[in-house]
Amino acid sequence: MTTETIIDPRRAVREASLKELRSFMRRFLRNPLGVIGLVIVLVLIFCAIFAPLIATHDPYLPTLTARLSAPSADYWFGADELGRDIYSRLVYGSRLTLLIVGLVIVTSAPIGLLIGAVSGTVGGWVDAIFMRITDVFLAIPKLLLALAFVAALGPGIVNAALAITLTAWPPYARLARAEALVVRNSDYVNAVRLAGASELRIILFHVIPMCLSSVIVRMTFDMAGIILTAAGLGFIGLGAQPPLPEWGAMISTGRKFIFDQWWVATIPGAAIFIVSLGFNLLGDALRDLLDPHLRQRN
Amino acid sequence: MTGPLVDIKNLRVAFRNDEGGYNEAVRGVSFSLGREKLGIVGESGSGKSLTGRSLLGVLPPYARMSADTLSFDGIDLKTISPRQRRALRGGRMGMILQDPKFSLNPVMTIGRQVVEAIRIGERRLSAAAARQKALEALESVHIREPARVFNLYPHELSGGMGQRVMIAMMVVRAPDLLIADEPTSALDVTVRMQVLSILDELVTQRGMGLIFISHDLNLVSKFCDRVIVMYAGRIVETLDAKHLHDAQHPYTRGLLACLPSIDGSLEPLPVLNRDASWLEAAS
Amino acid sequence: MPATLPRPLKLLLDIGSWLLTVAITLIGLAAFTFFIGRILPIDPVLSIVGEKATPEVYQRVYLELGLDKPVWQQFYEYVLKLLRGDFGVSFSTSRPVLTDLLAFFPATLELATIGLVIGVVLGIPMGVASAYWHEKWPDHLFRIVGLIGYSVPIFWLGLVGLFVFYYKLGWVSGPGQVDVFFTGIVPRVTGFILVDAAIAGEWEVFGNAVSHMTLPALLIGYYSLAYISRMTRSVMLDQLSREYVLTARLKGASEFTVVMRHALGNAAIPLVTVIALSYGGLLEGSVLIETIFSWPGIGNYIYSSLFSADMNAVLGGTLLVGIVFVLLNMLSDVLYRTLDPRARSAA
Repeated sequence: MTTETIIDPRRAVREASLKELRSFMRRFLRNPLGVIGLVIVLVLIFCAIFAPLIATHDPYLPTLTARLSAPSADYWFGADELGRDIYSRLVYGSRLTLLIVGLVIVTSAPIGLLIGAVSGTVGGWVDAIFMRITDVFLAIPKLLLALAFVAALGPGIVNAALAITLTAWPPYARLARAEALVVRNSDYVNAVRLAGASELRIILFHVIPMCLSSVIVRMTFDMAGIILTAAGLGFIGLGAQPPLPEWGAMISTGRKFIFDQWWVATIPGAAIFIVSLGFNLLGDALRDLLDPHLRQRN
Repeated sequence: MTGPLVDIKNLRVAFRNDEGGYNEAVRGVSFSLGREKLGIVGESGSGKSLTGRSLLGVLPPYARMSADTLSFDGIDLKTISPRQRRALRGGRMGMILQDPKFSLNPVMTIGRQVVEAIRIGERRLSAAAARQKALEALESVHIREPARVFNLYPHELSGGMGQRVMIAMMVVRAPDLLIADEPTSALDVTVRMQVLSILDELVTQRGMGLIFISHDLNLVSKFCDRVIVMYAGRIVETLDAKHLHDAQHPYTRGLLACLPSIDGSLEPLPVLNRDASWLEAAS
Repeated sequence: MPATLPRPLKLLLDIGSWLLTVAITLIGLAAFTFFIGRILPIDPVLSIVGEKATPEVYQRVYLELGLDKPVWQQFYEYVLKLLRGDFGVSFSTSRPVLTDLLAFFPATLELATIGLVIGVVLGIPMGVASAYWHEKWPDHLFRIVGLIGYSVPIFWLGLVGLFVFYYKLGWVSGPGQVDVFFTGIVPRVTGFILVDAAIAGEWEVFGNAVSHMTLPALLIGYYSLAYISRMTRSVMLDQLSREYVLTARLKGASEFTVVMRHALGNAAIPLVTVIALSYGGLLEGSVLIETIFSWPGIGNYIYSSLFSADMNAVLGGTLLVGIVFVLLNMLSDVLYRTLDPRARSAA
């Protein structure tokens, strides 16, 4: 064997996954709705990062002369009841939206995954108890649960995120458990087990990675739902507190002026709608690509 | 009747692939059929089922089909309307699918499914008459207690029973042509022969043309008059069933050699060596 | 093991274990409201008596709440109370919470039911059409209509709807169940305003109520349509690819029969669950809609209780909707078992 014919396995894997990625990208780009969704999400992230550069005004600075002024060259989307620029508040509000979404996803997905994976891999009474708990959580009305929870803990962004997390993890647990049940008795996991791997290792390195593509799809859809729930809590007055420019809370204050200064409430709502639509479109496209069998479940 | 029952010339079926082009699954198949029993043999993916489905007009919607001639009893299947086509299906041509576990509607009783097939042909038939006819149909496939089976759901039947129901449903309107797509390969070996003999009996009795699609060369040769061997979307050889062992094409010979026989040698069975030239036009 | 049991006994066992499941879920639900009500507030006594209470009052309430007892015993007593229908007393209305809830529930139920009917009547045909013309224009159209319903904040859509159809165009009446001068005219029989008005023969009130209800009902209907059409589409896509559909076509059945009798006949079984669950979702979704439209239902009750920090009322409302959720789950389970011949003979 000469040196030229030796194939570096790592390079081969890298090339294969690169090829896979290119094919994935090509198929993704063929779906116009998915691309629109991706663009919306990217714009949201861009706004959050560069908020100070994009905003035209200080989002917290009241200007009494500009109170409730209509959209104009100076105030692109008008001004609210304290004369704050709605456009700038929207831009800064994207940070709060991403913060809540991030907090909920970072907590609920791992909790759900772990509970589901342990439940499915270990089985027996652990499984029975965990799944009962999951079912109880699924049976409780989500928004009301979050509402009651925040009402007891006190309003605020972190509490709102915590409350949403409480309702968001069970689907991940279900998903991970289903996957774990399949993987648990597969030959390759038995082989790893024979090689002396611990159950923990099996869960972390063999069960959870198998769930990831379904989880990513689920997460994308969830983000849309989280945005809507968070906005709903904000609207009721249980989410972010004034003067924070949270979109749901902005609708809530603008509600008083809906008939005469429609833009105060309408524009933040449109922002919520567009962002949530973006995540849903992206989720739809990802599901079609990554997880065709999820179609039936969702 | 003059002319062949089925006439196919240069049939092609293609599917769109990921890159936007088309992959041909059936690549220029031509044959004709009288009131005889024709076997089509080939491995999975050779295009034998798609050929059958093209005739009945039940290809998947994303498939693209073309043919120079595709006719049934002198009717040009390429130009008739969907309505006319529907009138042919079930009425003049029937098809039996592989696995009754999947091919029967799980939430309808056997009786309702057979009655539905009858009623499509004779709309004005009274409920009682349709029921009577359905019971007779079930009896014709040697189901012993048709009145009991009438009220059962598919999951309550064995595979052999299910397949008999399927046959009953498809021959109840006395079609001229029956296509059987692997009708026994999902069944237990013990009931295969029973189902085959029922099929044979009905086809012979009523003088239907039969296209028997299978991967089992031996079975087909026992059952049919003529055998077409397909490979990768093409017909590689057409044989008289009686002279199967005179096959010329290396693929057919390879298939025959792969079969174990009781008095054969004890050497391991040979493995089929594929030749790239088989993919090209043979005839 | 169960296969060897005689059939009636097995059936009894099945029903028993199923009832146990429901009971556990309900107890879990109660544990939840108990946890939020008794444990989460830093000091439940203070939340009742207020900061300025004397130590004597504090002590009395402390004992009244049974906070000196172990937690499990408190929970046990809580569940017993719930079983007796005692949800506590609302601080703001000074009436038993259950009485309040039962007074407000019909209005919510009325709105949610009309919304569900809209969602089913439009959503199922849309989902069927989407699946049948998969990736063709009806599919794209209905998918986008559904996705918008999925993504839009419903309370915002309510505000926009009020602005456009009530304020600008004047096509419908504004918030509330009926106009002010119509309130109290019809005697309350069922609590459903349309039914009560019809019983009393007050057709003017009936028409006024319809005009008030149109917008919120359409909104809730849209919300449920989005969910139902989406689920119908995915279930139908799955069914249409099954082989029995091909069999139906081979028999010569018309496309209408193939889709409506065969595919939808099979899809109906999972769809019953979908519809039952979406009904529960609508009851919950009504919280936001009712606040926008000042609709005198449970959602509005919970919303206003939140502002008077009336936790008994909030938790009572949560519990009631939760129980309805569980009952709907039960119902869909039963329907599933009776509709699906395979589940029927397995039971």
